[in-house]
Amino acid sequence: MALEKSMAAIPEFLSKAELLKQGAEARVYRARFLGRPTIVKERFRKQYRHPLLDEKLTHRRTVQEVRSVLRCRRAGISVPVVYFVDYSSHSIFLEEIVGSSTVRDHIASSPPSARCEGLEPLAERVGQVLARMHDEDVIHGDLTTSNMLLRCGPEDGVSELFLIDFGLSYISALPEDKGVDLHVLEKAFLSTHPHTEALFQRLLKSYAAASKKSSAVIKKLEEVRLRGRKRSMVG
Amino acid sequence: MTIVIGFEGSANKIGIGIIRDGEVLSNPRRTYITPPGQGFLPSDTARHHRAVILTVLKEALEQAGLKPADIDCVAFTKGPGMGSPLVTVALVARTVAQLWGKPLLGVNHCIGHIEMGRLITQADNPTVLYVSGGNTQVIAYSERRYRIFGETIDIAVGNCLDRFARVIKISNDPSPGYNIEQMAKKGSQYVELPYTVKGMDVSFSGITSYIEEAAHKMISSGQCSAEDLCFSLQETVFSMLVEITERAMAHCGSGEVLIVGGVGCNLRLQEMMGVMCKERNAKLFATDERFCIDNGAMIAQAGWEMFRSGQVTELEDSWITQRYRTDEVEVTWRD
Ligand SMILES: Nc1ncnc2c1ncn2[C@@H]1O[C@H](COP(=O)(O)OP(=O)(O)O)[C@@H](O)[C@H]1O
Ligand SMILES: [Mg+2]
Repeated sequence: MALEKSMAAIPEFLSKAELLKQGAEARVYRARFLGRPTIVKERFRKQYRHPLLDEKLTHRRTVQEVRSVLRCRRAGISVPVVYFVDYSSHSIFLEEIVGSSTVRDHIASSPPSARCEGLEPLAERVGQVLARMHDEDVIHGDLTTSNMLLRCGPEDGVSELFLIDFGLSYISALPEDKGVDLHVLEKAFLSTHPHTEALFQRLLKSYAAASKKSSAVIKKLEEVRLRGRKRSMVG
Repeated sequence: MTIVIGFEGSANKIGIGIIRDGEVLSNPRRTYITPPGQGFLPSDTARHHRAVILTVLKEALEQAGLKPADIDCVAFTKGPGMGSPLVTVALVARTVAQLWGKPLLGVNHCIGHIEMGRLITQADNPTVLYVSGGNTQVIAYSERRYRIFGETIDIAVGNCLDRFARVIKISNDPSPGYNIEQMAKKGSQYVELPYTVKGMDVSFSGITSYIEEAAHKMISSGQCSAEDLCFSLQETVFSMLVEITERAMAHCGSGEVLIVGGVGCNLRLQEMMGVMCKERNAKLFATDERFCIDNGAMIAQAGWEMFRSGQVTELEDSWITQRYRTDEVEVTWRD
């Protein structure tokens, strides 16, 4: 039957694709789709969680990821193009950002001495891109340096920054949500990349300068930080 | 040969343990148990600890077959935790250190859990999930710190479970979490509950208020049983914990997980974490209630590592603190 055939098509396609890595919640494959270098992100069934919870989360995240990627693209923010989505196997076919590396790997491979000054243009670029994303009311939900890709430009060294992994994203105009989004990044950034406090400050500064609504967001960020510090640790 | 005695009493457990070069010589403990529906208050808990601490100390020395002269260092919990129980236990530790003429060491409670877990399981460089009544953190080591990659943005997972137990009057003996775990085994119907994950962080305040509000109505209307709620609550909050642990592992490129803290002895949590690990070819390390739940040996073990790397705490610096983040401590004993 046609339905059965199409249900089997994706797993068969993936069985021939190259498994690139197992990410935080998905298997990421490299393949060619309609002649283009493609990344397939398959949110496979997580056996550890209850089937009803798994189905709900997986479906919601696939939908959210596609939705936010499209919204960002429309706003001119660099994200991979969505080529195809299959909701039965929860697979998203994305443009492969060829020759890119994660911002995490980029920072980790730069010598500690250059970790601040040499990386300042990158930090500023990240701040600007996040400001644009928040001005579109997209809350990423999982901002880390693993979820940003850097594609180095040809010779001139101009590189392009892409945002990826929008599974936990949602739409909100609230400064609180944007502040929490930045707080999540701040903690991930500083724990992943020790001794980069000054670099992160640069990022925030460029965010503040680039976003139209940044003052309320930065105020919320400070509030959220304080809440963390005041939290009881009893028990 | 280095022998360290550790004093722990930051919450409702009072424990004293003795460690000799990686060997647990003794580790007696008492728990302050309150009636169903009641949590433990700082002053009552401190009173409980005061009443039993000397008995526990005697047990620790006797079971180890040691005299005070054999001890090299006296370690105690500096924080985080409840103020008055911490003060009570630190006072006794300071007193015996002076009586015996031994150096003191103030230990971060969370570091105690991590070092005990590493000792017992021999995990080398794991991503650590630290889950207890007061803390929920995902931790990984790098450049001389245990760095916090994820944590709760409001209340701890153990606090969520304890509050639910209080609402439906589940016994606190031996612990509310243990009794929820047993009841959950008899639950079958999955009730949908709020699920909140933000990157590597989690939030438990939403699910806690929801279930506090709805529990009685759902049970009395026959919509589900208390056992079903225990089951659904565990399935939901543990899924959140496994998810953020996995996210941190992917981000850090880690292939090992260590679960520590009182909630960490829950076998369902261990089972779920084990399935996740299998799906990504990682290894799971966990311990049982002797070492997961607050105890004195864990403070002795962290103290042993610190002492061996040259640290001591002077008497005038031997104060306690209710807030003390895991990443404040410089880890002088690892590369
Ligand atoms: N479009 C892409 N082009 C190139 N590499 C990608 C692309 N999308 C994902 N990756 C790689 O796969 C990893 C995991 O993808 P991600 O979308 O973050 O999934 P997960 O939710 O599992 O973390 C990324 O960190 C990146 O290294
Ligand atoms: Mg990712």
